[in-house]
Amino acid sequence: MASSGMIATVLKQRAGELNAQWLKDLSTSNAVSAQGRITPDELEQQSRQFLQLLSAAAQVRNPADLKSPEARPLREFLEGLSRSRAQQGFSSGETASFIFSFKRPLFDALRTESGKDAALLADEVWAATELLDTLGLHTVSTFQKAREELINRQQQEMLELSTPVGTLDSARTQIVMESLLQKIVDTGSEIAIIDITGVPTVDTLVAQHLLKTVTALRLMGAECIISGIRPQIAQTIVHLGVDLQGVTTKANLADALALALKRSGYKITH
Amino acid sequence: MERIPVLRMGNFLLVTIQVDMHDQLALQLQDDLTNAIERNGAKGVLIDISALEMVDSFIGRMLSDISAMGRILDCATVLVGMQPAVAITLVELGLSLPGIATALNVERGMSLLRGKLSNLDDHDANER
Repeated sequence: MASSGMIATVLKQRAGELNAQWLKDLSTSNAVSAQGRITPDELEQQSRQFLQLLSAAAQVRNPADLKSPEARPLREFLEGLSRSRAQQGFSSGETASFIFSFKRPLFDALRTESGKDAALLADEVWAATELLDTLGLHTVSTFQKAREELINRQQQEMLELSTPVGTLDSARTQIVMESLLQKIVDTGSEIAIIDITGVPTVDTLVAQHLLKTVTALRLMGAECIISGIRPQIAQTIVHLGVDLQGVTTKANLADALALALKRSGYKITH
Repeated sequence: MERIPVLRMGNFLLVTIQVDMHDQLALQLQDDLTNAIERNGAKGVLIDISALEMVDSFIGRMLSDISAMGRILDCATVLVGMQPAVAITLVELGLSLPGIATALNVERGMSLLRGKLSNLDDHDANER
């Protein structure tokens, strides 16, 4: 593209001017620096880095071609930027407008550079628009990807942390069992309380799993107290013929906690 | 031949299993340990299996057997530091090791053994 020559020149020769103008725009538009989630220093550093990388990429070839090896640092910077924006809780619009807001200073610089040549200016502006749009869109698509990763990870964490509320299926019981045993190792706790107040029903498999958890805990040298068994579940457990003998059970979490404290040698005083 | 060392600490014996157990090693340990209990007049055995990452039904049974043999020889056994994966495996194999005392780590295992021993002393004193 012949016209990218001028953008490259402008980026190179007027870098300081462009950066200053851009930062001024950024600080006035609340979309980008909203609510102090990002400090002016960070913003300045990011804009400077972006300019440098864009300029470097533009010297070699058309930077809008993000797949080229020359544009790789620029592409990676944009991906890193949108990932950090996603984590800081920015919206995709706010993230993209960081890039789009560079249009104004760039257009201004192009106008100054092209002098009175209207046709040339139109070409340059079009090329610059195309370039920044590509970069902005790439940022948005990376942003979406980063958001999805974040959501997936949070889902996984929720699954791992979830105390049994709602139906306990055997997959969940398995996860509860494994993470509980691991936590016992990590914390060196001697007593574990499994509170199943929020569990409406159990089936044989889940009851077996609970029993296995209790046995495994004992093998590791910890004790287990089960609390909050509903009448319905108590009936089911007995009808299913599951033997909970030798397992300490308490009516509610408070009783279980009191017992645990007592066994650890603590006393509750009023 | 490879052997698992049995260390004496006062009234107690200390066994730390640091290698992967195979059947011959397990039988050898059973033999060594029972002999050591007899020779030293040990009152307690502490078996540390925190480095043991895999068990099969044979090893599980061996652990259970050692404890039973110790009881006959008037010696309490405490198993310490079992890894979660090992605990799950044993449970899945149906080896819940009833009658074996367990503790989270060596320190707690030791205090458990001492507690057992002082209980026994009290008991003996009452009988006299």
